[in-house]
Amino acid sequence: MVDLTSPVHDRIVDGPRGAKPKSRLSRRNIFLYGTLLLISVYYLLPLYVMIMTSLKGMPEIRLGNIFSPPVEVTFEPWVKAWSQACTGINCDGLSRGFWNSVQILLPSVILSIGIASVNGYALANWRFKGSEVFFTILIIGAFIPYQTMIYPLVILLREIKLMGSVWGLVLVHSVFGMPILTLLFRNYFTSLPEELFKAARVDGAGFWGIYLRVMLPMSIPIFVVAIILQVTGIWNDFLFGVIYTKPETYPMTVQLNNIVNSVQGVKEYNVNMAATLLTGLVPLIIYFASGKLFVRGIAAGAVKG
Amino acid sequence: MTLPAPSRTHQKTKRPAQLFRNLNAKFASIPMILTALVVFVGGTTWTVVHSFTKSRLLPKLDFVGFDQYERLWSSNRWMTSVENLLIYGVCSLVLTMTIGFTLAALLDRKIRFEGVFRTIFLYPFALSFVVTGLAWQWILNPDFGVQNVVRGWGWTGFAFDPLNNPDIVIFGILIAGLWQGTGFVMVIMLAGLRGIDEDIWKAARVDGIGVVKTYVKVIIPMMRPVFVTALVIIASGIIKLYDLVVAQTNGGPGISSEVPAKYVINYMFRAQNLGQGFAASTMMLLSVIIILVPWAYLEFGGKKRG
Amino acid sequence: MTTTSNSVEIRDLDLHFGAVKVLQKLNLDINEGEFLVLLGSSGCGKSTLLNCIAGLLDVTDGQVFIKGQNVTWKEPSERGIGMVFQSYALYPQMTVEGNLSFGLKNARIPADEIKKRVARAAEVLQIEPLLKRKPGALSGGQRQRVAIGRALVRDVDVFLFDEPLSNLDAKLRADLRVELKRLHQQLQNTMIYVTHDQVEAMTLADRIAIMKGGKIMQLASPEEIYNQPQNLYVAGFIGSPAMNFIQGTLTNTTFAASALQLPMDDYAFQNGPSDGPAILGIRPEHILIGERAASCAGQAEVSVDLVEGLGSDTLIYARYGTQQIRIRTEGNSRIKSGDVLNVGFDTRCSSLFDPTTENRI
Repeated sequence: MVDLTSPVHDRIVDGPRGAKPKSRLSRRNIFLYGTLLLISVYYLLPLYVMIMTSLKGMPEIRLGNIFSPPVEVTFEPWVKAWSQACTGINCDGLSRGFWNSVQILLPSVILSIGIASVNGYALANWRFKGSEVFFTILIIGAFIPYQTMIYPLVILLREIKLMGSVWGLVLVHSVFGMPILTLLFRNYFTSLPEELFKAARVDGAGFWGIYLRVMLPMSIPIFVVAIILQVTGIWNDFLFGVIYTKPETYPMTVQLNNIVNSVQGVKEYNVNMAATLLTGLVPLIIYFASGKLFVRGIAAGAVKG
Repeated sequence: MTLPAPSRTHQKTKRPAQLFRNLNAKFASIPMILTALVVFVGGTTWTVVHSFTKSRLLPKLDFVGFDQYERLWSSNRWMTSVENLLIYGVCSLVLTMTIGFTLAALLDRKIRFEGVFRTIFLYPFALSFVVTGLAWQWILNPDFGVQNVVRGWGWTGFAFDPLNNPDIVIFGILIAGLWQGTGFVMVIMLAGLRGIDEDIWKAARVDGIGVVKTYVKVIIPMMRPVFVTALVIIASGIIKLYDLVVAQTNGGPGISSEVPAKYVINYMFRAQNLGQGFAASTMMLLSVIIILVPWAYLEFGGKKRG
Repeated sequence: MTTTSNSVEIRDLDLHFGAVKVLQKLNLDINEGEFLVLLGSSGCGKSTLLNCIAGLLDVTDGQVFIKGQNVTWKEPSERGIGMVFQSYALYPQMTVEGNLSFGLKNARIPADEIKKRVARAAEVLQIEPLLKRKPGALSGGQRQRVAIGRALVRDVDVFLFDEPLSNLDAKLRADLRVELKRLHQQLQNTMIYVTHDQVEAMTLADRIAIMKGGKIMQLASPEEIYNQPQNLYVAGFIGSPAMNFIQGTLTNTTFAASALQLPMDDYAFQNGPSDGPAILGIRPEHILIGERAASCAGQAEVSVDLVEGLGSDTLIYARYGTQQIRIRTEGNSRIKSGDVLNVGFDTRCSSLFDPTTENRI
């Protein structure tokens, strides 16, 4: 019963009160999550198909359906892809490409990040006459198609006797990685308080002293971002690998393409998919392990300074 | 005020030579300066200059005017390449932007498992174009892939074999390209959406404007710079399209999925006709300039005006 | 050599950023052991000047001397200065001890000497218990003390402060202000202190240099700046609420503005009285009310617009003709808006300015 003597009480009891009733399965939510799930299936399907195919034997592939899971799981294709798959007359598998890629990757990542971080630091804190001009050229250079610079670089590398070697490719990766990394580091160092740099100068630290003792220890996150950016970028490179190295030093992506798209012999789709997955494994591990930092890396690369 | 000792005031300070100030910074910038001047400016100029020569196996300065360009534009292969890039480019731009923004907007609706969905949408971007191309080559394989599966479900007349049909092969590549790249656009768009003041949403709610309408009328216009940045990045990526085609179709069937970047590499390193390669790469450069100049004008010219 | 040697001398200093002239032909002598405050609103060039003294900015022209040595092109670390920054600028990855000793290590000072100096600075500033902590674990006041310590260990003659207290809350700012004053008395170093806060300037300084547009408008002791501002800018800048300005004319040492007649017999004219238009500057507390008004030679009737009680004193916003007039009187006043007051002008404490040159007459 409503107490008529207390109109205020009456209002409180009758009006809406407390938490707004929410239904988890509102029409909006069904639509929202339904759409997201559907799109997720489209994005996950290729990975799923690759994994399933790589775990089947060839007879099962010929008979069955690419979406169905393997009746009999076999790791044979993975072993074969790693150690026996053929490119031309070489039949020592993708492992060679893997180790080539590692050999290219490590010095490239170190050299490119080393150079770019010092560049970014110089541009942020030690501007000199013309430094911004060179930086502008560098950033514009990031948009120039590689194709217009590829051949002059071939000549350049031939002149310094690095054409076809791992170190030649390392140099190329450092050159073409420079614009985006320099931008990344310049923006980061610019965002650090300028007074810190001034304090270090009053404390008598010089160019390298400030870089190594003050800036570097404060920049671990941005270095991690740069490493993620470079590891995935260099590992995934195809164009430079195919042009600046020879068959013995081909990186994994080039060798993978040669294995899968070779015209000789019977196509072994399961081995091909195992090889493809193997090549994608390094960036995928980096991606899943780094999480938000990967996102931050590509977002930082995308936003101009 | 005390007067300074005269000897001190007249003591002339010698300004140190400008060249030697900041010497360490200049020394450390040598790699950047060399890259900018030698590779980016020098290399590009070199290629443009040599595109006017009849270099074949080796580059030589034997000028022939616009001969290489005439040959280029009368070549069937080049015309196919340009046509493919245009179709791919327009579709890819429109679709990545719309899908990327839609995904970002869906994720921005304060949903549960946002991180999981984002991880799923973005992981293809971590993979190389070679891996992407090979994966989709397999899925689109007419004998075992999607076509076969759908036929297996009893739909025996179903035909979906883009990779072997010269007319639609470029769309087969587009499917793979979209799968790889939309996640990236989504991340940029999401960053843009997150940069918008929460109060805008509150104001829209108080004003009684619906969600979709708020996006169209308020949010998208506010995100213009983000769209422009995304557009420029996608566009300059599209022109570089190469590995995906090599892995997925290698330009086939015949020459029906050739693209300009592949044309350049073929003429420079396989057909040993450097002049053609240089001319084609100069055309690529020109197309980038056509994209970049209006953008730079809008971005930097506009600021000066207002 | 003169006996009272100058610690810092600045000669004809010019600094241009492109076409913008940040400092113009600036001259300044700072005495040994003096606490000099550079005061001005933002963009007046005070921080720029400090950075030039520190050697953190390259000057366009002119010279800087520290302890008689021309340091115009010397590195900051070679100038014999220590500097304290607004944001503290402590190295986040180093401990307090590391922060204090970083400069000494760079100067290759022996380890036991470093230890001694760090210990002494820590004692002076009472931060011994914090030595092993990282800056992130310190409060704002503690951080600022460490920042001062970093200048202290350098054993230098000149300390430069770039708005060191402006990141702190009001209470802490007052505490540290007192501490800084004590530190200066204890160390007897030359201190150059940049701030936009008048209270800091008035309380800390031996002399204040008020800057505007890259020039020094007046260089004098706080009392002189307050009581005898040399120009309209200084007069209006110093003091809160601001000085009242009344337009009028000066004839035969009498200032007249409409009905108001002020005999300026007690006024100390700088170059003798001259007739013509003039501006009278009078601080709110020098406009007297009540009985004290009656004893003044110049009086006027004003109507009260608004009264603000501040506890310790009362601010009255009144109108005299079309002129807005601010009056400061003791607290707990019973004056209300709408009242008509008879006020008296204390001419001894007022200033007269030439409206064209804006300088003190």
